[in-house]
Amino acid sequence: MATDVLESAVRPGAGFVLAHRSRPLGRWLLIAAVLGWFALLILVPSLALLRQVLAGGLRPFFETLTTPEVRRAFGLTLGITALAAVVNTVFGIAVALVLVRQRFFGRALLDGVVDLPFAVSPVVAGLMLIMLYGPEGWLGRWLESWGFRVIYAVPGMILATLFVTVPFVVRELVPILRELGEEQEQAAYTLGAGRWQTFWRVTLPSIRWGVAYGVTLTVARSLGEFGAVLVVSGNLIGNTQTATLYIHDGIESFHTGGAYAASLVLAGVSFVLLVGMDVIRKRLDAREGKRP
Amino acid sequence: MASGTLKLSGGASDLVLRSTTLFYLGLMVVLPMAALAFDAGRPGAGAFAEAVRDPYAWHALELTFVTALVMVVVNVLTGTATAWVLVRYDFPGRGLVNALIDLPFAVPTIVTGVMLVVLFGPSSVVGTILGRYGWGVIYHQPGIVLALLFVTYPFVIRSVQPVLMELDRAEEEAAATLGAGSWTTFRRVTLPGLWPSILTGAAVSFSRALGEFGSVVMVAGNQPLATKTAPLYIFGEIESGNRHAALVVSAVLLASSLLILLGLNGIQRRWGAEHGH
Repeated sequence: MATDVLESAVRPGAGFVLAHRSRPLGRWLLIAAVLGWFALLILVPSLALLRQVLAGGLRPFFETLTTPEVRRAFGLTLGITALAAVVNTVFGIAVALVLVRQRFFGRALLDGVVDLPFAVSPVVAGLMLIMLYGPEGWLGRWLESWGFRVIYAVPGMILATLFVTVPFVVRELVPILRELGEEQEQAAYTLGAGRWQTFWRVTLPSIRWGVAYGVTLTVARSLGEFGAVLVVSGNLIGNTQTATLYIHDGIESFHTGGAYAASLVLAGVSFVLLVGMDVIRKRLDAREGKRP
Repeated sequence: MASGTLKLSGGASDLVLRSTTLFYLGLMVVLPMAALAFDAGRPGAGAFAEAVRDPYAWHALELTFVTALVMVVVNVLTGTATAWVLVRYDFPGRGLVNALIDLPFAVPTIVTGVMLVVLFGPSSVVGTILGRYGWGVIYHQPGIVLALLFVTYPFVIRSVQPVLMELDRAEEEAAATLGAGSWTTFRRVTLPGLWPSILTGAAVSFSRALGEFGSVVMVAGNQPLATKTAPLYIFGEIESGNRHAALVVSAVLLASSLLILLGLNGIQRRWGAEHGH
């Protein structure tokens, strides 16, 4: 029924229902105001960055991007992102399954805990990790005595990225699993399938677009995470720089060329991810549409 | 291979799965929060109050709340209007605009900051023109609001849009038939049904704005008592080794954010109960 409304809203001329009594001038003024605001706030700044980088020519752009410093920074960002995506997808699916399929004391509390990272400023997230894993931290003291350094090192940056991306996959999957129900899984068990087999053959195929959407959000956030990573990195130049830290460093030290080039690359990647999100969202909506 | 790939009974494997996820969330989310709350409160309530009342900390908190409030007011107006236009009107390029609304969710915050500095910065074309009239945007407070507006742009729109799509138009038709103008119809008939979703979008964007760092650090210029928001203050205090001040302001930010989201949850529940959702 939702999609009927959606389709009627998408169909050309759907505005007619209201248009025949609201004055067309007012309507076009409102459309112009909304589009103008969108262009001014979102589009023009994005294009300004593009123009700024292209004004310097393509050659310096590519030359900057191939310097070892930039390549290391993007390499580290990609590594951390891949790790965060894998870990938080595996645990995200597990948490969503537990939240939807199991009844136990404290389930509502667990549900709330999943969302907590959304309420935390990235800087505060970084500070939390310092208090926990720093040299004088609760766990850090103990880990350091084993020679394992977390804060001001790459493991801290991984933890920071994991923390901020905990909710994404879970939040996508909980409503989808709830809608899906348990009948198909029960049928698989009755037919003699084991738990793993049921998960791989029945549950996962039904939730795969939801997983894809959650993973895309996780990747976008991990690639761009800055505040939390900055706080735990101790801002050491060289081997512990991610792409966003490199940009910050470039601006601070007035090496804006590299910072702008790296910014444009990240903006381009996020644009591609956005297109991916749009495609996945359409798949998800189409799935919902097929339901009776 | 068909059956018994896993020899555990249902109950036991449920328990394993549950304990694993509880352990992961406990370690990743609960423990860091507990560490922060505990360490912020350890020197006692007196020290806590003193750190909040510190003029620099107080100003940073004040600036954060005021800029977030200005952003929310603008976003409620523009976000509702944008959702309305996207759902009710048809115009060329609507699908494209609809897809691009989420751009601020995908763009890294530091890149947002760089974009705004490139466009509005003192040495840019726009910045020079504005500067001639004595209007500073970047490295001044309006720049902070601008950055917050960018990063929270989708929240109200994405919250109102689905509700507007599902809304039964029969009541609007009736109001119009009874001679109400389109503005009266919107205000008296449509808007009451939209309030919960507008409020949700506003609360989520406010909570997000309280903690925003990456874009603000680029545009704010980091001037104490002028453009230093709470997250910038926290970062500065961590850098200079004043951990207690950082912890206290962090705790205030975190508590405010949680209260807003909890309050929102309560309102949504009440609304759901009253309207039978």
